[in-house]
Amino acid sequence: MVFEKIAALIADHVGCDIADIKAESTFEALGIDSLDTAEMVIELEEELGIEIQLKEKMETVGQLAKYIESQKG
Amino acid sequence: MNFQVLGTGHYVPERIVTNDELSTMVDTSDEWITRRVGVKQRHVCTSETTAEMAYQAALQALEMADTTVDQLDMIICSTVSGDNICPPLACSVQMLLGASCPAMDVNAACPAFLYVMDTAAGYFARGKVQKMLIIGSERMSRMLDWSDRSTCVIFGDGAGAMVLGEGDCYLSSVFYTKGNEETIKIAAFAGMSPFYQNEHDKPYVQMEGQETFKFAIGAICRDLQQVIADAGLLESDISWVVPHQANIRIIESAIRKMDIAPEKFCINIEKYGNTSSASIPLLVDELNRSGKLHRGDYLALCSFGGGLASAACILKW
Repeated sequence: MVFEKIAALIADHVGCDIADIKAESTFEALGIDSLDTAEMVIELEEELGIEIQLKEKMETVGQLAKYIESQKG
Repeated sequence: MNFQVLGTGHYVPERIVTNDELSTMVDTSDEWITRRVGVKQRHVCTSETTAEMAYQAALQALEMADTTVDQLDMIICSTVSGDNICPPLACSVQMLLGASCPAMDVNAACPAFLYVMDTAAGYFARGKVQKMLIIGSERMSRMLDWSDRSTCVIFGDGAGAMVLGEGDCYLSSVFYTKGNEETIKIAAFAGMSPFYQNEHDKPYVQMEGQETFKFAIGAICRDLQQVIADAGLLESDISWVVPHQANIRIIESAIRKMDIAPEKFCINIEKYGNTSSASIPLLVDELNRSGKLHRGDYLALCSFGGGLASAACILKW
């Protein structure tokens, strides 16, 4: 579910087809930098009602989704 | 009763360091810094002190306010990069000006100038002062690890000042603190106590970029919306938004989320970088001297940074 939310945010942000966003897609290839990621994480925090600490660099969409799932507890 | 702004001033050191020059010192590029931070150049002290920059900004503000030094009832400064821990910056400025009024600093990192304004409002409200000089002055270049490309490209040096007189132009304010020693930190000088055993951090700016960004873009909209509502205004009533010049991307995020025209957001980060607590008064003075401010304009000032802390206020010009 988190992956789908992130994919939707990315599709909205960069204007691409959501179907093109895979778990192994890198943020770099999608044209998303770390500040874009931080902005999306804020929206996820609001939607999920949790605080997400961004301590590690995430390379792929799947990594971020997995990390957020782990933060949900 | 609180205050009105009678005069403004600013000063930046002569030496300009461009992104291209920085690219010869650390592994970075003009393209990367411009896209990620919005800075094209910054002014950096070579011989100017934090107090001298504050003094020069103060002279301009006093002249515009048609105020003499002996009319000042108090001087309050903000800085995280003062020349000394003791005396406070405000006391050094008092000495340089030849003033005799009380002087003190307020430490609240980047948003400190807004905390200074609120402190000033309290003195006016209690009838303790009739004229006050407030200054933000920062020599951030001395707080940087110039081999750390993630921080040294962001900051710059400069000062901004305001002379305040009695009035009713400070309409609303909000302050927020979320104590945190990890996201943004400048460790103090370690000292040389033969008894202290803990390890200490180097006394340079350390930032967790993504967490800083998250805090800032959360704070900027929340605080602006609150002070606008508290002043009984609508977002569409705001003449100018004067945001802390920390990173262009923070301002762009606020532009997307607020119901305020993009051209009302004031930006000068490309020229000066992030000057910490000096950025707000420096930007207000540029606006003022460019003739853009008109009597009755509503200015929304907002800032955020180390603490973590944020603040915003509405000023009627």
